[in-house]
Amino acid sequence: MPIPEGQTSVVSMTKPAIGADNARLLVRRWTLIRVKEQFIRSVLLVCALLSILTTVGIIGVLVTETFEFFCEVSIREFLTETRWSPQYQEKHYGILPLVCGTFVVAGIASLIGIPVGLGSAIYLSEYASPRTRDLVKPTLEILAGVPTVVFGFFALVFITPYVLRPLFQGMFGIDVDIFNAASAGVTVGIMIIPTISSLSEDVLRSVPRGLREAAYALGSTKFDVSVRVVVPAALSGVLASFLLAFSRAVGETMAVTIAAGQTPRLTLNPFRSIESMTAYIVNISQGDTPAGTIEYKSLYAVAMTLFLITLATNILAQFILRRFREVYH
Amino acid sequence: MSRNSTNPRTCVAESRWREFVRVHSGSMFHFVCAASTAVGLISLAVLIGGIVWQAWGWLDYQFLTSFDSRKPGEAGILAGLLGSLWLILFTGLFVVPIGVGAALYLEEYAKGTWFTRLIQVNLANLAGVPSIVYGILGLTVFVRNFGLFGAKHPPLTIPLFFFNLEVPLPLGTTVLSGALTLSLLVLPVVIIATQEALRAVPPSLRHASYALGATKWQTIRHQVLPAALPGIFTGVILALSRAIGETAPLVMIGIPLYLANAPGDITSLQTLANHPQGLVEAPFSKFTALPMIIFSWVTHPKADFRHVAAAGILVLLVLLLILNTAAILIRQRFQKRIRW
Repeated sequence: MPIPEGQTSVVSMTKPAIGADNARLLVRRWTLIRVKEQFIRSVLLVCALLSILTTVGIIGVLVTETFEFFCEVSIREFLTETRWSPQYQEKHYGILPLVCGTFVVAGIASLIGIPVGLGSAIYLSEYASPRTRDLVKPTLEILAGVPTVVFGFFALVFITPYVLRPLFQGMFGIDVDIFNAASAGVTVGIMIIPTISSLSEDVLRSVPRGLREAAYALGSTKFDVSVRVVVPAALSGVLASFLLAFSRAVGETMAVTIAAGQTPRLTLNPFRSIESMTAYIVNISQGDTPAGTIEYKSLYAVAMTLFLITLATNILAQFILRRFREVYH
Repeated sequence: MSRNSTNPRTCVAESRWREFVRVHSGSMFHFVCAASTAVGLISLAVLIGGIVWQAWGWLDYQFLTSFDSRKPGEAGILAGLLGSLWLILFTGLFVVPIGVGAALYLEEYAKGTWFTRLIQVNLANLAGVPSIVYGILGLTVFVRNFGLFGAKHPPLTIPLFFFNLEVPLPLGTTVLSGALTLSLLVLPVVIIATQEALRAVPPSLRHASYALGATKWQTIRHQVLPAALPGIFTGVILALSRAIGETAPLVMIGIPLYLANAPGDITSLQTLANHPQGLVEAPFSKFTALPMIIFSWVTHPKADFRHVAAAGILVLLVLLLILNTAAILIRQRFQKRIRW
């Protein structure tokens, strides 16, 4: 029962019983309070509008600069050319090598992060005792809180010389560059494990106990319950968590910039150095390309592509979450 | 149905392999899931162990109190530490009122309207935008100020008590522009965490306050906000600990990798006493931050800088540990007091 802001019913009941002067004083005081309440409400509304302003700002900045870029470079060249070399004599502006590099890293990260994350989520929600869960969950949260520069350092200083090179160069004889996509992929995979694990675990825990009990009553084993009852019941949330983690892997900047290299290359070999979209943006902004040139504007075009890819993935994740969610009563 | 039905006439002996799988699939699956959890924990242990090993012997008092240098043995992290502290201070100053205010509006004043749903969707999308895009936004809006001021615009001089404050126009890569960019980045986190905290306050509290004649703002200010304070604190500290580690937006707005100066020229209590206007000049001075220095050391061609980078990473991790422990302690302390 919301009471009209700034007013209480007591005043209007007692107004006729008070003298005219006092009534005027009371009316003025209550009006002042009403004005103050409205003012506070407007201030809070402005705070809430700031988030919309941020989105408008991002889209506005990206669209205007990308528009200027596409006045000089054709969209067809941007989307179909297989070389990206804005800083060389012969300029090509094909986005495919950068997109391919990004997706190779994100793909390796998903290959590692999704099984491990889902396995951890199932273990924590179905098999672990409450004490184990109280110990393991905060530890995984710590993994989520480590800054990404640290992961880049880890990839460059540990994964490549102590894991990848002995394994692949020593045993299989495959050449592993110092900067390669696999080390970046492995570290980004480790980075997204806590994302998938905590999101999936929340969804798995929210499946009602009655479903599990019914399955046990019908003679299922614990394995059957976990894999054939609980996970399909929570499938929308689990898939949404995969997509969100993939989107995060695509947008990951520092680990990939440090570990994956600076040579845009259209290749599926994960042991060669490539450049991702985010790494290109970082490298251009750190270099000495002058600000108004077309090479500098290519940064905005790449950023726009990145923004659109992550936006599409996030919207798809939210759509899956809303559309396929099972509602239990 | 396989041929292994219960009909005695059509029963066939199960192969050893199938029997093994059928009997042990439960425990094998249990083992696989436990192993996945272990992978996450082991990677964390290897990560921290490796960093401590690389930083062994390189993290000392000299490292904490000197500026960066070309020689690995003399490099220090003071500029980055002080710069990050100023940056986080201002980020907190911006993000707390705006984030809490927006969440208050969404939860208390406009609950369930189409406008609120629009903003919720917007926030969910903003939370998923890569941090480097925020850097591009900050570059155009805060650093270059939309190109409104020319390249050689003289700074705005504000005469204060005993010195002149020089505000560079356009704002440039100052602590203020970095803090504004980072506050845009962590704003969705703060708003969502505050909303959760406000939702946890029972409605009976609000109703009781209205019944006693309080206005809406009086209810919020004296009843709802104090009750939701631990949750808000936790959300803000988590957002700030995310902001400390962010490198990509700072790279985009042009923070230098090598800077031998701290904001406001304040490097110790003594310099502060000699130069008190540094406190006011600090937001408008150039700076460098902890993750930027670490980034420059990691990508440095000299091999010894790897150890220096590991030492810097340790400092960053300790800072994060302190922040998160503070968050947990505050939450526990406040939760003991409030009893519904």
